[in-house]
Amino acid sequence: MRLAEAWRVAVTALRANRLRSLLTMLGVIIGVASVVVLIAIGTGAQREVEAQVEGLGSNLVLVVPGQLELGSAPSRSPLDLDDAEDVGRAVGQPGRVAVTLAGGETVRFGARSSFATVNGTNAAVPDVFSRAVARGEYFRDSDVDTRRRVAVLGSSLVRDLFDGADPLGRQVTIGGVRFRVIGVFEEVGSAFGVDSDRDVHIPVTAAQRLFSDDRVDALAIKAPTADSTGRVSDEALAALADAYPDQEFSAVTQDQILGTLGRILGLLTSVLAAIAAISLVVGGVGVSNIMLVSVRERTREIGLRKAVGARQRDVLLQFLLEAVLLTSLGGVIGIALGVGGSLALTTVVDQVPAVITWWSPALAFGVSAAVGLFFGVVPARRAGRLDPVVALRQE
Amino acid sequence: MTAAGPPALEAVDVTRSYPLDGVEVQALRGVSLTIAQGDYVAVVGPSGSGKSTLMHLLGALDKPTSGVLRVAGRDVAELGDDELAQVRNATIGFVFQAFQLLARTSAVDNVGMPLVYRGVRRSERRARAKAALERVGMAHRLDHTPNQLSGGEQQRVAIARALVGDPEVLLADEPTGNLDTKTGDDVMALLEDLNATGVAVVLVTHDLEVAARARRQIRVRDGLLE
Repeated sequence: MRLAEAWRVAVTALRANRLRSLLTMLGVIIGVASVVVLIAIGTGAQREVEAQVEGLGSNLVLVVPGQLELGSAPSRSPLDLDDAEDVGRAVGQPGRVAVTLAGGETVRFGARSSFATVNGTNAAVPDVFSRAVARGEYFRDSDVDTRRRVAVLGSSLVRDLFDGADPLGRQVTIGGVRFRVIGVFEEVGSAFGVDSDRDVHIPVTAAQRLFSDDRVDALAIKAPTADSTGRVSDEALAALADAYPDQEFSAVTQDQILGTLGRILGLLTSVLAAIAAISLVVGGVGVSNIMLVSVRERTREIGLRKAVGARQRDVLLQFLLEAVLLTSLGGVIGIALGVGGSLALTTVVDQVPAVITWWSPALAFGVSAAVGLFFGVVPARRAGRLDPVVALRQE
Repeated sequence: MTAAGPPALEAVDVTRSYPLDGVEVQALRGVSLTIAQGDYVAVVGPSGSGKSTLMHLLGALDKPTSGVLRVAGRDVAELGDDELAQVRNATIGFVFQAFQLLARTSAVDNVGMPLVYRGVRRSERRARAKAALERVGMAHRLDHTPNQLSGGEQQRVAIARALVGDPEVLLADEPTGNLDTKTGDDVMALLEDLNATGVAVVLVTHDLEVAARARRQIRVRDGLLE
C-alpha cells in the first residue's frame, strides 16, 4: 500500500518533467535496443549456420586427410576411389560413402559463361548429403565407372546460363570439355552472401581427368543412425590407419561441427552484447545523476514528508522506485525499438538473419530494472538520510 | 481549560548546540517548559534567539544535546530516527509559514499524506482528509491544487493536513507570516476554534499582536527563557 503510494508519487514526478525523463531514459533505451538487436543477429546467425550444417544430410561423418584444426595447413590427400570402397566395407555401409574432388572451372553454354564450383562425386551423393534433384536425374555408378561426361547443375547456374530455356540434354563446356546436362538440383538458397546453388556435379572419374588428378579430397559416410556416428568415425579411421600407417586422418560428425561453430558464434554474440551493455551502464550513470538533481530539487518535499512521519526507508523507497520506473520504462521502449529494428533488418536487409528469442527482451528488461535499482541507490539513500530540519529550511 | 493527564510536551533543562564553521554554537542553553494538553502557548523572541531550535525540538524533528525532552510522555533521546518519525506522525501537527504543500497535488491528497506513513488505506485516507478539510471550511476545494488556491486557503489546507492524524499538539511556525492581516486573523480564529476542541496549540512567532492572543507567552532570548 505504501508501495502503491510511492508508485503514484514516482509517476507524478516523472510526468512533471517529461522531457528530462525522456532524455534520462535515452541512454537506457539505446543500450537495451542495441543489446536486443545484437543478440537477435547473433542468434539468427547461429540458427542459419545450424540449418546449413544440418542441411548437409543427417548422420554425416566427414573424413579428411590431416588434422582438422583451425590454422593447420591442408594436407595433400592420399585417398583414392578404392579407399572409399574399403572404408564403406569397413564400416558396414558399402555404397554409402560419397567422395568429393572439387575445383573451380568456367562453365559455358553458347555465348554465356559462369564460374562455378565443380564437384567430382559419385552416385552416393544425393543419399549421403540429402541433395535432391529437382528435374532430370543424378548420375549412377555406371556413369562413374565409364567416366561419362554428364553434369548436374545448381539452380542459380541454370538461370545464368540458360535464361529460361530447358537445360536437360543440352551440352555445356566445363574447363573446355563438353558435358551433357542430365539433371538440375533443387534450390538450397544462400546464406551470408554465399550462393549454394552455383555448383556443378560431375562423375569423380571425369573430374580426375579434368583436374589431372587421381585422388579425391575427402570422404563422406552416412552412418545408419545418429548414435552410430562415433562408431563409424572410429572404424573409418582404423581402416585408413591400416592402409596409410604414416598418414593422419580426421573424422568429424555434424554434432562436432555444430558444437564448434555454436561455441564460436555464441562467444561472438556475448562479446557484441557486452559491448552494447556498456551503453546501458553509461545510461545508468545518467539516471543516477538526474536522480541526485531530483533529490536536491525536492529537498523541501522530502523534509515535509519526514516531518509528518515518513521514515528513512519510506523516502528511500520512493526515490528508488522512481529510478527503477525510469529505467524500466526506458527498457520497454528500448525493447520495442530493438525488436522493431531486428524485424526491419530481416525484412529490409535479408542477408542479416535476426531471430528474436523470448529470453533476450526479458533479460534486457531485467537488466534495465536492475540498472535503475543499482544506480538509484545512492541518490535514494541521500534522500532518505536528509535531516528534516535542514531540508525544511531550504528555500 | 487545561486538561488533566501527562503534559503533551515537556522540556527539562534542555540545551542544543551545533557546529557552525568549526565553532560550537549554543542555540539553547538550558530551557525548561511544559505544554499541557489543550494548552495555547505562544513562543516569542527575536530572530537568532533560539526560537526555531526550540520549535524543532518541541516538534521532535531534532534531539537535545543535553537535558530531557518528552513528547507525549516519551523521552526523545531514547528514540531512533524512525521511531521519532512515528512519534511526530502520531502526536504533532505542523503548520508552516510557507504552507509547504506539494505542488501538482490536490488538497485532499495533500491533507491525506501524513496518513500514508501510518499505513492507512487510500479510500480511508480520502475520507479522513475530506473530514479534516470540512473542519477548516475547505470542503468546496477538495480537488484543487495549491496554485489554484489563495494564500489563506493554502494555509487552511495545511492546517487540515496538521489535523488529519488527530495530533495532541498543533505546532504553528509563523502561521500568519505570509498572509495579510484579515486572512491572518481568520487563520488565527481557526486555530483557536481547534484549540477549543482540546488540541494544544503552540505558536512560534515574532508578531507580538499574534502572540498576545495566546493564553500564555514564552519569551526566548539568547538561548534562555525570560
